[in-house]
Amino acid sequence: MNIPENLKYTKTHEWARVEGDVAVIGITDHAQHELTDIVYVELPQVDARVEANKETAIVESVKAASDIYAPVSGDVTAVNTELAATPELLNKDPYNKGWMFKVRMSDPVQLGELLTPAQYAKHIGA
Amino acid sequence: MVATEKLKRTPLYAAHVESGAKMVGFGGWEMPVQYNSIVEEHLAVRRRVGLFDISHMGEVLVAGPNAERALNHLLTNDARRLAVGQGQYTLLGNDDGGIIDDLIAYRLEPTVYLLVINASHIERDFDWMTTHAWASTPRHADAACVLENRSDQTAAMALQGPAAARCLPEASGLKRFHIQQLRVSGKDCRVARTGYTGEDGFELLCAPADAVALWTELLARGREFGIQPCGLGARDTLRLEMCYPLHGNDITDATSPLEAGLGKYVSFDKGDFIGRTALEKQRAKGVTRKLVAFRMAGKCPPPRQHYPIVAAGQRIGEITSGTQSPSLGTGIGMGYVTAGAATPGARIEIEIRGKNYPAVIEKPPLLKKNT
Repeated sequence: MNIPENLKYTKTHEWARVEGDVAVIGITDHAQHELTDIVYVELPQVDARVEANKETAIVESVKAASDIYAPVSGDVTAVNTELAATPELLNKDPYNKGWMFKVRMSDPVQLGELLTPAQYAKHIGA
Repeated sequence: MVATEKLKRTPLYAAHVESGAKMVGFGGWEMPVQYNSIVEEHLAVRRRVGLFDISHMGEVLVAGPNAERALNHLLTNDARRLAVGQGQYTLLGNDDGGIIDDLIAYRLEPTVYLLVINASHIERDFDWMTTHAWASTPRHADAACVLENRSDQTAAMALQGPAAARCLPEASGLKRFHIQQLRVSGKDCRVARTGYTGEDGFELLCAPADAVALWTELLARGREFGIQPCGLGARDTLRLEMCYPLHGNDITDATSPLEAGLGKYVSFDKGDFIGRTALEKQRAKGVTRKLVAFRMAGKCPPPRQHYPIVAAGQRIGEITSGTQSPSLGTGIGMGYVTAGAATPGARIEIEIRGKNYPAVIEKPPLLKKNT
């Protein structure tokens, strides 16, 4: 399972990449592998305020709809509009082209509560 | 989800786990939902060939001079129409005209029938049938019929897809909805030309001890045709594209065959049967709701069970089965709507998380095939 070293993780299988005061958010390789066949992605509105550990987006596979939780609180500055036409990017490239939304962090201290790559690997039993 | 330690396992359980299948609870059984991708498994069956473990399904033998009479009392279709070696889709009905289960009944011999029933209903069906079979038959022993639950002594697999017949040349002469005793690679099995996918194919019933050998043999034979082991996920998307009902979702003991569009499997000209009075009344008065198939009109979240169906701002029903169709690339589903709204071509809406998305009622099947 691919768990890049430069990212922070949640127990609910999101990743966050910190770029200054902005966090880029997506789902992990493990998550896309478990979900498989992602066919629809519902993203938050740009400028929406999101809260850490609250349902912020929805990923739908053939089987089921899954909530995606924001790893950090803040305002959404951008969403990946490519996912509307090509939701399968989440399966094919979860850490790059499959990014979901960006949050300008209101409380960067929350980053300290996220899992390190080693902790996440242990969490999923990898 | 049901705790896994309480679930039953089929003889192929170890083979599924070994090949990396994702296992889930279904109808009291621990079954593969997918091996890697539902979409890939689905398309393999539409284009090539797929193999499913259906050992969880139940098998009941009904035998004796009064077997035909008992079945015509218990089931809605007419067992008299079956020649030896022939099967029919039929329904186990209750007194209110509801559907206890749907099944295929095969006539194996003049006075011996095999019923293949749904996994989650085996005990309930068998209890109902043993209790009610006698009502139709004389009570002296030599004229009776015997019911035997063979589910634990029977494993089953379904070989489905356009290349299925090339993987099983032993059964190439078998006609659709017919069953035959065959030897496949030295193993005795019953092979029926039936399935739940809309493709050509076979269902093989065998002894549990032979299941792994047969499974392995069919996978080996299918390799040159691109065979794919398939889980319940693909089984569900395949059947839904064909609008085959799933008992528990689309048909239940509170829905009638007439509401579900299954009237052609109810024989009103065979004499009395359980549920007849209720169904005759319904037929005379007309049904108030009908099961329809629909297709989403654009890109939207997949429709799913229990989502409301809306027309002209009014809620007209609810989805009983819904998914993203791998063949069509759009959302599809079925659900009951008020009878007046059940017109093919009618524009409806599906309410998904508080937002309405356009859809169109379609005449079944949802996947129109050229063949």
